[in-house]
Amino acid sequence: MSKLYSGAEIVFKCLEDQDVEFIFGYPGGAVLPIYDELKNHSSIKHILVRHEQGAGHAAEGYARSSGKPGVVLVTSGPGATNVVTALTDAYMDSVPLVCISGQVPTHLIGTDAFQECDTTGITRPCTKHNWLVKDIKDLSKILHEAFRVATTGRPGPVLVDIPKDIQFAKIGYSKPKTEKKLNGKSLNLFSQNDINNLIDLMNKSKKPIFYSGGGVINSGPEASESLRELVQLTGFPITSTLQGLGAYPGDDNQFLGMLGMHGTYEANNAMHDCDLLINIGARFDDRITGKIDEFSPNSKKIHIDIDPSSINKIIKVDLALVGDVNHVLKSINKTLKSKKIDLKKSNKQKISKWWEQIQKWRTKNSLNFKNSDENIKPQHAVQRLYELTKDKDVFITTEVGQHQMWAAQHYKFNKPNRWMTSGGLGTMGYGLPAAVGVQIAHPKKLVIDIAGEASVLMTMQEMSTAVQYNLPIKIFILNNQYMGMVRQWQELLHEKNYSESYSEALPDFIKLAEAYGCKGIMADKPSELDEKIKEMVQYDGPVIFDCRVDPNENCFPMIPSGKPHNQMILGPSEKEENKITGKGKALV
Amino acid sequence: MANPKSAYSVSTKKEKTDTHIIVVWVDNESGVLARVVGLFSGRGYNIESLAVAEVDAKKNISRITIVTTGTPQVIDQIKLQLKKLVPVHKVADFKRNDKGVIFKEMALFKVVGNTNKIKKAINACKKYDAVILDKTKKSNVIQITALRREIDKMAKNLKKFGLVSVSRTGAVAMTRGDKTFN
Repeated sequence: MSKLYSGAEIVFKCLEDQDVEFIFGYPGGAVLPIYDELKNHSSIKHILVRHEQGAGHAAEGYARSSGKPGVVLVTSGPGATNVVTALTDAYMDSVPLVCISGQVPTHLIGTDAFQECDTTGITRPCTKHNWLVKDIKDLSKILHEAFRVATTGRPGPVLVDIPKDIQFAKIGYSKPKTEKKLNGKSLNLFSQNDINNLIDLMNKSKKPIFYSGGGVINSGPEASESLRELVQLTGFPITSTLQGLGAYPGDDNQFLGMLGMHGTYEANNAMHDCDLLINIGARFDDRITGKIDEFSPNSKKIHIDIDPSSINKIIKVDLALVGDVNHVLKSINKTLKSKKIDLKKSNKQKISKWWEQIQKWRTKNSLNFKNSDENIKPQHAVQRLYELTKDKDVFITTEVGQHQMWAAQHYKFNKPNRWMTSGGLGTMGYGLPAAVGVQIAHPKKLVIDIAGEASVLMTMQEMSTAVQYNLPIKIFILNNQYMGMVRQWQELLHEKNYSESYSEALPDFIKLAEAYGCKGIMADKPSELDEKIKEMVQYDGPVIFDCRVDPNENCFPMIPSGKPHNQMILGPSEKEENKITGKGKALV
Repeated sequence: MANPKSAYSVSTKKEKTDTHIIVVWVDNESGVLARVVGLFSGRGYNIESLAVAEVDAKKNISRITIVTTGTPQVIDQIKLQLKKLVPVHKVADFKRNDKGVIFKEMALFKVVGNTNKIKKAINACKKYDAVILDKTKKSNVIQITALRREIDKMAKNLKKFGLVSVSRTGAVAMTRGDKTFN
């Protein structure tokens, strides 16, 4: 007879076999047996958050910066419902999370018991898959499958709901054997023929562009290497989505900057005018495409993605390569090299005009802004932060809003997994707990949350977590006293009726920092900014930096909603003639 | 929904919608129907009818037949999204006017009235393999198998013969000939 283990022990056996080092969680009645077992497993460290949403975002930050799945442990009822925002966020941005939730004992399910909720029902639309464990015999199989579902294919969150009686029940445990395929769901469906067709199109193209996304990051650091090789081999320009930043060096000359609603003039115009568009691991999100009917009207479109349902979902493409980005890119590079096709040389003549055009667009200097000696401009603050930290290996998280776009525009990333931001769901309050998770994964690195004062207050309680675990995260708040992006849209769409977008009673962030037991810094003059940023970076411990910026600054350039790529607003002076009208007003 | 699912895709081009029968083979486990149906409602796809039952007790496999409408792009999305669900084994898709596929629905009609009326009701049902399942002096329960539009028509016609209750299944489908879908 093999040794019998309790359900709670099996949970840890599985976590150990999956090489889990950290769990982000919060205890409660329905997970007490699992928490009781924690003491017997020294290889697994539990990070106690202050709210379950924080656990979810911290696990996301951990996963995105380390490439390993994030593990969350919450109790039944409110514990599970609190984590729903983070699960949805992870689902939208394809972040691998394994969430374990406690549930009331099986005999009480359906009786409206204390802290009972239909967790699998609630989380069904925001997870790749979820399980309610009704029998101890299924527990280890389900947990291992949960890790596989979360991490294979297009990654995403999963949830395993374990009733309390199952956590007490006993059964034997054996290590999982070889991996069984997911109902035969194969990942790499492209052929050499597809690769040849792609290379043929690249050969013929006069105005090509690469458009890369978060799929490159998800495919692992090697995919970024392959991408750099491909871009170098071809000499083509490359632009990136918000989530793809860092896959290609932000300061390289072939990089046109981010595209989309707040992307650069050159990137968006190049997308509009190109004759060959190669999408690598991105999903034609509406922030990227603008008006669908007029999206890149004259180009052949190629889509490389691991998720077959991403192909032709929004934009019809001419050639689809379904597979892991790194696999596809390696095949392309290999074929280019083996056929001795030197696109860089042979195409030089053909695409030199294209580069000339791009240079013309670049001279617009679309990220430019009017700096000031009196007020700190938020763009200037991000630029100074970048200049003063770029010699270090920095990890940046953000909240959601204007500051997020300024961070994306003005902070340059040279490595993958250094940029964690909520793109799909747009979750205010993401950045601070995400920074906690990033710092857990990289204890010695500099982790900065570029934040807005409104967003950061949504999950401010996690500063307490940061202090408890000595996590020296830096919360760099661009404080303009407004929900800036809301105010910007009200300015553009609602005749400057700033309905409820001004925060009248903000806390004193220095005192708040001190109350949490960390350091508070405030800057409101451009002349003191550099000194104070250095002070923040040098301080060994968590810091809340209240950077008081010009409250009226708007985020430009911008594609107004309902407009195509080539009709950008470049700055405040241009707003009048490019007003958002008609249907565009109803879009988000 | 005729439009692809994006706030920015208020397309000026109107595409034709077709009726399709989607057949899904799934693991027969709790919640699997909710996953399939939730996918349809969550993404704004139509369900005209739905039929589901276990077809392989040994392998624990259920067969779900869904009648839906959509543009070719939407139908493709439905299939691809369904294939992503973990308990889904395979997905088949037939156009309603596909000659190589048989579609059938079953309906039960309860007719209450005098003998004459009931007789007329049975007569009207005859061409749809009518079976009398229950019989009293005053009533009859008639079973027919037919296409959706035929059942629609019968349900209307039988009103004058004392139809008081209708119960019907969703459509089920099977390919003609010796071929099966793999």
